[in-house]
Amino acid sequence: MDDEAPGAWHEIVRDVLKRHQVKLVTYVPDNVLRPLIDALHADPFFTTFSCAREEEAVGIVSGAWMGGLRGIVLMQTSGFATLPNAIASLAVPFQIPVLMMVSERGTLGEFNIGQSLVARTMRPVLQALAVEHHTMTRLDEVEFIIDRSIAQAVATQAPCVFILSPLLTGGKVFTK
Amino acid sequence: MSGTMSFAANHPANRDQAKMMNRFDITKRLVARLKHDEAVIGGIGYTNFDLWAAGRRPQNFYMLGSMGLAVPIALGVALAQPQRKVVALEGDGSILMQVGSLATVAARKQKNLAIVIMDNGTYQITGGQPTSTELGADNVAMARGAGIAQSAWAADESAFEELIELSLREDGPWLIGCRIDKEKPADTTERDPPRIRDQFMRGLGVKK
Repeated sequence: MDDEAPGAWHEIVRDVLKRHQVKLVTYVPDNVLRPLIDALHADPFFTTFSCAREEEAVGIVSGAWMGGLRGIVLMQTSGFATLPNAIASLAVPFQIPVLMMVSERGTLGEFNIGQSLVARTMRPVLQALAVEHHTMTRLDEVEFIIDRSIAQAVATQAPCVFILSPLLTGGKVFTK
Repeated sequence: MSGTMSFAANHPANRDQAKMMNRFDITKRLVARLKHDEAVIGGIGYTNFDLWAAGRRPQNFYMLGSMGLAVPIALGVALAQPQRKVVALEGDGSILMQVGSLATVAARKQKNLAIVIMDNGTYQITGGQPTSTELGADNVAMARGAGIAQSAWAADESAFEELIELSLREDGPWLIGCRIDKEKPADTTERDPPRIRDQFMRGLGVKK
Protein backbone atom coordinates (compact mmCIF):
# COMPACT_ATOMS: atom_id res chain seq x y z
CA MET A 1 0.00 0.00 0.00
CA ASP A 2 1.37 3.37 -0.97
CA ASP A 3 1.13 5.62 2.10
CA GLU A 4 1.24 8.77 -0.02
CA ALA A 5 -1.60 7.79 -2.36
CA PRO A 6 -4.65 10.07 -2.31
CA GLY A 7 -7.04 8.93 0.36
CA ALA A 8 -4.43 7.61 2.81
CA TRP A 9 -5.80 7.54 6.37
CA HIS A 10 -3.79 10.60 7.42
CA GLU A 11 -5.03 12.62 4.47
CA ILE A 12 -8.62 11.78 5.33
CA VAL A 13 -8.03 12.77 8.96
CA ARG A 14 -6.44 16.06 7.92
CA ASP A 15 -9.28 16.91 5.57
CA VAL A 16 -12.05 16.11 8.07
CA LEU A 17 -10.33 18.16 10.77
CA LYS A 18 -10.09 21.05 8.35
CA ARG A 19 -13.74 20.80 7.38
CA HIS A 20 -14.70 21.02 11.07
CA GLN A 21 -12.41 24.01 11.69
CA VAL A 22 -10.17 22.03 14.05
CA LYS A 23 -7.17 24.32 13.64
CA LEU A 24 -5.04 23.61 16.70
CA VAL A 25 -3.05 20.37 16.96
CA THR A 26 -0.98 19.55 20.04
CA TYR A 27 0.88 16.28 20.24
CA VAL A 28 3.49 14.08 21.80
CA PRO A 29 4.98 12.30 18.82
CA ASP A 30 4.55 8.70 17.74
CA ASN A 31 6.03 6.87 14.80
CA VAL A 32 2.71 5.70 13.36
CA LEU A 33 1.32 9.25 13.60
CA ARG A 34 4.29 10.67 11.73
CA PRO A 35 2.65 11.03 8.30
CA LEU A 36 -0.32 12.79 9.91
CA ILE A 37 1.92 15.06 11.98
CA ASP A 38 3.97 15.85 8.89
CA ALA A 39 0.84 16.62 6.87
CA LEU A 40 -0.50 18.94 9.58
CA HIS A 41 2.81 20.76 9.98
CA ALA A 42 2.92 21.21 6.20
CA ASP A 43 -0.53 22.82 6.06
CA PRO A 44 -0.68 26.46 7.24
CA PHE A 45 -4.37 26.02 8.08
CA PHE A 46 -3.22 24.22 11.23
CA THR A 47 -1.23 25.45 14.22
CA THR A 48 0.69 22.29 15.10
CA PHE A 49 3.26 21.81 17.85
CA SER A 50 4.62 19.24 20.25
CA CYS A 51 4.25 19.37 24.04
CA ALA A 52 6.33 17.94 26.86
CA ARG A 53 3.46 15.80 28.16
CA GLU A 54 0.04 14.68 26.98
CA GLU A 55 -1.67 16.38 29.97
CA GLU A 56 -0.19 19.65 28.85
CA ALA A 57 -1.51 19.07 25.33
CA VAL A 58 -5.01 18.45 26.76
CA GLY A 59 -4.78 21.63 28.86
CA ILE A 60 -3.85 23.71 25.82
CA VAL A 61 -6.69 22.33 23.71
CA SER A 62 -9.11 22.89 26.61
CA GLY A 63 -8.07 26.52 27.00
CA ALA A 64 -8.24 27.05 23.25
CA TRP A 65 -11.81 25.68 23.13
CA MET A 66 -12.91 28.10 25.83
CA GLY A 67 -11.27 30.87 23.81
CA GLY A 68 -13.14 29.87 20.67
CA LEU A 69 -10.56 27.74 18.86
CA ARG A 70 -11.08 24.02 18.18
CA GLY A 71 -8.21 21.59 18.73
CA ILE A 72 -7.15 17.97 18.87
CA VAL A 73 -4.46 16.09 20.83
CA LEU A 74 -2.39 13.38 19.12
CA MET A 75 -0.57 10.71 21.14
CA GLN A 76 0.16 7.01 21.45
CA THR A 77 -1.40 4.56 23.93
CA SER A 78 1.30 4.97 26.59
CA GLY A 79 0.65 8.71 26.49
CA PHE A 80 -3.06 8.20 26.91
CA ALA A 81 -2.28 6.33 30.13
CA THR A 82 -1.07 9.61 31.64
CA LEU A 83 -4.42 11.32 31.00
CA PRO A 84 -7.19 9.93 33.28
CA ASN A 85 -6.83 12.80 35.78
CA ALA A 86 -6.93 15.53 33.16
CA ILE A 87 -9.96 13.96 31.48
CA ALA A 88 -11.78 13.29 34.76
CA SER A 89 -11.07 16.66 36.39
CA LEU A 90 -10.97 19.02 33.41
CA ALA A 91 -12.56 17.85 30.16
CA VAL A 92 -15.51 15.91 31.59
CA PRO A 93 -16.68 18.07 34.53
CA PHE A 94 -16.13 21.36 32.71
CA GLN A 95 -17.88 19.92 29.62
CA ILE A 96 -15.08 20.66 27.17
CA PRO A 97 -15.09 18.74 23.85
CA VAL A 98 -11.41 17.81 23.82
CA LEU A 99 -10.71 15.71 20.74
CA MET A 100 -8.01 13.07 21.12
CA MET A 101 -6.46 10.70 18.60
CA VAL A 102 -4.48 7.73 19.87
CA SER A 103 -2.13 5.60 17.82
CA GLU A 104 -2.74 2.14 19.22
CA ARG A 105 0.34 0.30 20.35
CA GLY A 106 0.46 -2.85 22.42
CA THR A 107 -1.51 -5.18 20.16
CA LEU A 108 -1.36 -7.01 16.81
CA GLY A 109 2.36 -7.59 16.79
CA GLU A 110 3.69 -5.49 19.67
CA PHE A 111 7.31 -6.20 20.53
CA ASN A 112 7.60 -4.03 23.70
CA ILE A 113 6.06 -5.63 26.80
CA GLY A 114 5.63 -2.21 28.42
CA GLN A 115 3.48 -1.09 25.52
CA SER A 116 1.41 -4.26 25.55
CA LEU A 117 0.68 -3.90 29.28
CA VAL A 118 -0.13 -0.20 29.36
CA ALA A 119 -2.36 -0.52 26.29
CA ARG A 120 -4.74 -2.72 28.28
CA THR A 121 -5.62 0.22 30.53
CA MET A 122 -6.94 2.43 27.74
CA ARG A 123 -10.44 1.09 27.03
CA PRO A 124 -11.25 0.32 30.69
CA VAL A 125 -10.34 3.94 31.56
CA LEU A 126 -12.48 5.28 28.72
CA GLN A 127 -15.37 3.06 29.78
CA ALA A 128 -15.01 4.02 33.45
CA LEU A 129 -15.17 7.70 32.52
CA ALA A 130 -17.96 7.07 29.98
CA VAL A 131 -15.95 8.91 27.33
CA GLU A 132 -17.09 8.38 23.73
CA HIS A 133 -14.43 6.48 21.78
CA HIS A 134 -14.16 4.73 18.46
CA THR A 135 -11.55 2.37 17.09
CA MET A 136 -10.91 2.89 13.40
CA THR A 137 -9.81 -0.25 11.57
CA ARG A 138 -10.70 0.40 7.93
CA LEU A 139 -10.03 3.22 5.52
CA ASP A 140 -13.67 3.45 4.46
CA GLU A 141 -14.90 4.20 8.00
CA VAL A 142 -12.39 6.91 8.96
CA GLU A 143 -14.22 9.88 7.50
CA PHE A 144 -17.65 8.86 8.80
CA ILE A 145 -16.43 8.20 12.35
CA ILE A 146 -14.44 11.41 12.70
CA ASP A 147 -16.97 13.60 10.92
CA ARG A 148 -19.93 12.43 13.01
CA SER A 149 -17.97 12.29 16.26
CA ILE A 150 -16.61 15.83 16.06
CA ALA A 151 -20.13 17.09 15.45
CA GLN A 152 -21.37 15.07 18.44
CA ALA A 153 -18.52 16.18 20.72
CA VAL A 154 -19.25 19.84 20.00
CA ALA A 155 -23.03 19.46 20.25
CA THR A 156 -22.89 17.51 23.52
CA GLN A 157 -19.88 19.34 24.99
CA ALA A 158 -18.06 16.08 25.66
CA PRO A 159 -14.56 14.78 24.90
CA CYS A 160 -14.05 12.10 22.25
CA VAL A 161 -11.21 9.67 21.55
CA PHE A 162 -10.30 8.25 18.14
CA ILE A 163 -8.19 5.10 18.30
CA LEU A 164 -6.09 4.31 15.24
CA SER A 165 -5.87 0.52 15.02
CA PRO A 166 -2.83 -1.15 13.42
CA LEU A 167 -5.40 -2.66 11.05
CA LEU A 168 -5.81 0.85 9.64
CA THR A 169 -2.29 2.25 9.93
CA GLY A 170 -0.13 -0.86 9.64
CA GLY A 171 1.12 -0.16 13.17
CA LYS A 172 4.72 -0.33 14.21
CA VAL A 173 6.44 -3.44 12.91
CA PHE A 174 9.03 -5.47 14.79
CA THR A 175 12.26 -4.99 12.88
CA LYS A 176 14.95 -5.78 15.44
CA MET B 1 11.69 49.34 28.87
CA SER B 2 13.24 46.82 26.55
CA GLY B 3 16.02 44.30 26.58
CA THR B 4 16.33 41.38 28.92
CA MET B 5 19.42 42.63 30.75
CA SER B 6 17.90 45.93 31.84
CA PHE B 7 14.70 44.09 32.71
CA ALA B 8 16.45 41.65 35.02
CA ALA B 9 18.88 44.09 36.59
CA ASN B 10 16.56 45.55 39.22
CA HIS B 11 15.08 42.31 40.48
CA PRO B 12 16.26 39.85 43.13
CA ALA B 13 18.74 37.30 41.86
CA ASN B 14 17.01 34.48 43.69
CA ARG B 15 14.03 33.47 45.81
CA ASP B 16 15.78 34.10 49.13
CA GLN B 17 16.25 37.78 48.28
CA ALA B 18 12.57 38.36 47.48
CA LYS B 19 10.28 39.77 50.17
CA MET B 20 7.72 37.35 51.56
CA MET B 21 4.34 38.75 50.48
CA ASN B 22 0.71 37.69 50.98
CA ARG B 23 -1.16 35.81 48.25
CA PHE B 24 -4.53 37.50 48.71
CA ASP B 25 -2.91 40.93 48.84
CA ILE B 26 -0.94 40.49 45.62
CA THR B 27 -3.88 38.79 43.90
CA LYS B 28 -5.96 41.90 44.65
CA ARG B 29 -3.12 44.09 43.34
CA LEU B 30 -3.09 42.04 40.13
CA VAL B 31 -6.86 42.15 39.62
CA ALA B 32 -6.91 45.91 40.24
CA ARG B 33 -4.57 46.36 37.26
CA LEU B 34 -6.72 44.42 34.78
CA LYS B 35 -8.42 47.12 32.70
CA HIS B 36 -8.89 45.36 29.36
CA ASP B 37 -10.83 42.18 30.20
CA GLU B 38 -7.62 40.20 30.49
CA ALA B 39 -8.19 36.47 31.05
CA VAL B 40 -6.90 34.93 34.28
CA ILE B 41 -6.49 31.19 34.83
CA GLY B 42 -6.35 30.27 38.53
CA GLY B 43 -4.46 27.06 39.31
CA ILE B 44 -5.83 24.54 41.76
CA GLY B 45 -6.18 25.11 45.47
CA TYR B 46 -5.48 28.31 47.32
CA THR B 47 -4.23 30.08 44.20
CA ASN B 48 -7.71 30.16 42.68
CA PHE B 49 -9.47 30.50 46.05
CA ASP B 50 -7.83 33.89 46.49
CA LEU B 51 -8.56 34.81 42.87
CA TRP B 52 -12.22 34.04 43.59
CA ALA B 53 -12.02 36.08 46.80
CA ALA B 54 -10.48 39.02 44.92
CA GLY B 55 -13.73 39.57 42.98
CA ARG B 56 -15.87 37.73 40.44
CA ARG B 57 -14.61 38.53 36.98
CA PRO B 58 -16.25 36.74 34.04
CA GLN B 59 -12.77 36.52 32.49
CA ASN B 60 -11.52 34.35 35.39
CA PHE B 61 -11.27 30.57 35.07
CA TYR B 62 -11.02 28.54 38.28
CA MET B 63 -9.50 25.08 38.03
CA LEU B 64 -10.87 22.29 40.20
CA GLY B 65 -8.33 19.54 39.71
CA SER B 66 -5.91 18.77 36.85
CA MET B 67 -3.02 20.04 38.98
CA GLY B 68 -0.34 21.78 36.94
CA LEU B 69 -2.48 22.73 33.95
CA ALA B 70 -2.97 26.46 34.61
CA VAL B 71 -0.12 27.39 32.25
CA PRO B 72 -1.26 25.05 29.44
CA ILE B 73 -4.88 26.24 29.74
CA ALA B 74 -3.70 29.86 29.67
CA LEU B 75 -1.54 29.11 26.62
CA GLY B 76 -4.58 27.67 24.86
CA VAL B 77 -6.66 30.76 25.61
CA ALA B 78 -3.78 32.95 24.45
CA LEU B 79 -3.51 31.01 21.17
CA ALA B 80 -7.25 31.33 20.59
CA GLN B 81 -7.38 35.05 21.36
CA PRO B 82 -4.05 36.64 20.43
CA GLN B 83 -5.40 40.17 21.00
CA ARG B 84 -6.20 39.47 24.66
CA LYS B 85 -3.63 39.29 27.45
CA VAL B 86 -3.81 36.09 29.44
CA VAL B 87 -2.44 35.53 32.95
CA ALA B 88 -1.78 32.13 34.49
CA LEU B 89 -1.72 32.06 38.30
CA GLU B 90 0.02 28.95 39.52
CA GLY B 91 1.48 27.58 42.74
CA ASP B 92 5.01 26.32 43.23
CA GLY B 93 3.92 22.70 43.72
CA SER B 94 1.74 22.87 40.64
CA ILE B 95 4.35 24.34 38.31
CA LEU B 96 6.87 21.74 39.46
CA MET B 97 4.42 19.11 38.24
CA GLN B 98 4.25 20.57 34.73
CA VAL B 99 7.54 22.41 34.41
CA GLY B 100 7.90 21.27 30.81
CA SER B 101 5.01 23.58 29.91
CA LEU B 102 7.37 26.52 30.47
CA ALA B 103 9.52 25.26 27.59
CA THR B 104 6.42 24.96 25.39
CA VAL B 105 5.42 28.56 26.21
CA ALA B 106 8.94 29.74 25.40
CA ALA B 107 9.02 27.80 22.14
CA ARG B 108 5.69 29.38 21.10
CA LYS B 109 7.06 32.86 21.97
CA GLN B 110 3.53 33.56 23.18
CA LYS B 111 3.41 37.35 23.27
CA ASN B 112 0.12 37.73 25.14
CA LEU B 113 0.90 35.41 28.06
CA ALA B 114 2.12 36.17 31.59
CA ILE B 115 2.69 33.57 34.29
CA VAL B 116 2.60 34.44 38.00
CA ILE B 117 3.99 31.84 40.40
CA MET B 118 2.75 31.98 44.00
CA ASP B 119 5.60 30.30 45.85
CA ASN B 120 5.27 29.54 49.56
CA GLY B 121 7.50 26.49 49.39
CA THR B 122 4.75 24.14 50.54
CA TYR B 123 1.93 21.93 49.41
CA GLN B 124 -0.21 24.09 51.66
CA ILE B 125 -3.66 22.62 51.02
CA THR B 126 -2.51 19.09 51.87
CA GLY B 127 -0.92 19.98 55.18
CA GLY B 128 2.13 22.09 54.45
CA GLN B 129 4.61 19.50 53.23
CA PRO B 130 7.69 21.24 51.74
CA THR B 131 8.04 21.50 47.97
CA SER B 132 11.47 21.44 46.41
CA THR B 133 11.42 25.26 46.07
CA GLU B 134 11.73 25.36 49.87
CA LEU B 135 14.76 23.13 49.45
CA GLY B 136 16.56 25.17 46.81
CA ALA B 137 14.76 24.91 43.46
CA ASP B 138 14.18 28.33 41.86
CA ASN B 139 11.12 28.72 39.61
CA VAL B 140 12.40 31.88 37.97
CA ALA B 141 15.75 30.30 37.12
CA MET B 142 13.91 27.25 35.76
CA ALA B 143 11.74 29.49 33.58
CA ARG B 144 14.81 31.28 32.24
CA GLY B 145 16.40 27.93 31.57
CA ALA B 146 13.27 26.89 29.69
CA GLY B 147 13.68 29.93 27.46
CA ILE B 148 11.36 32.51 29.07
CA ALA B 149 13.97 35.28 29.20
CA GLN B 150 11.59 37.78 30.75
CA SER B 151 11.39 35.99 34.10
CA ALA B 152 11.96 37.74 37.42
CA TRP B 153 11.32 37.58 41.15
CA ALA B 154 9.18 40.40 42.49
CA ALA B 155 11.29 42.13 45.14
CA ASP B 156 8.21 43.44 46.97
CA GLU B 157 4.63 44.56 46.37
CA SER B 158 5.49 47.67 44.38
CA ALA B 159 7.94 45.70 42.24
CA PHE B 160 5.17 43.15 41.62
CA GLU B 161 2.85 45.92 40.45
CA GLU B 162 5.55 47.26 38.11
CA LEU B 163 6.14 43.81 36.67
CA ILE B 164 2.43 43.21 36.13
CA GLU B 165 2.03 46.59 34.42
CA LEU B 166 5.00 45.75 32.21
CA SER B 167 3.68 42.30 31.34
CA LEU B 168 0.26 43.73 30.42
CA ARG B 169 1.81 46.45 28.26
CA GLU B 170 4.74 44.75 26.52
CA ASP B 171 5.10 41.54 24.56
CA GLY B 172 5.68 38.35 26.55
CA PRO B 173 5.94 35.67 27.49
CA TRP B 174 6.57 36.79 31.08
CA LEU B 175 7.05 34.94 34.33
CA ILE B 176 6.84 36.68 37.69
CA GLY B 177 7.92 34.82 40.80
CA CYS B 178 6.19 35.83 44.05
CA ARG B 179 7.45 34.55 47.36
CA ILE B 180 4.40 34.34 49.60
CA ASP B 181 3.55 33.47 53.20
CA LYS B 182 1.46 30.55 54.41
CA GLU B 183 -1.74 32.45 55.20
CA LYS B 184 -5.02 30.67 54.54
CA PRO B 185 -7.01 31.94 51.52
CA ALA B 186 -9.73 34.55 52.01
CA ASP B 187 -12.56 32.40 50.61
CA THR B 188 -13.32 29.11 48.84
CA THR B 189 -14.20 28.90 45.13
CA GLU B 190 -17.68 27.62 44.34
CA ARG B 191 -17.16 24.16 42.87
CA ASP B 192 -19.49 24.30 39.86
CA PRO B 193 -17.40 23.47 36.77
CA PRO B 194 -20.02 23.89 34.00
CA ARG B 195 -21.00 27.29 35.41
CA ILE B 196 -17.36 28.38 35.69
CA ARG B 197 -16.69 27.33 32.10
CA ASP B 198 -19.87 28.88 30.73
CA GLN B 199 -19.28 32.24 32.44
CA PHE B 200 -15.65 32.24 31.32
CA MET B 201 -16.64 31.64 27.68
CA ARG B 202 -19.17 34.47 27.89
CA GLY B 203 -16.54 36.66 29.54
CA LEU B 204 -14.25 35.98 26.58
CA GLY B 205 -17.01 36.76 24.09
CA VAL B 206 -17.07 33.20 22.74
CA LYS B 207 -20.69 32.69 23.83
CA LYS B 208 -23.31 35.38 23.73
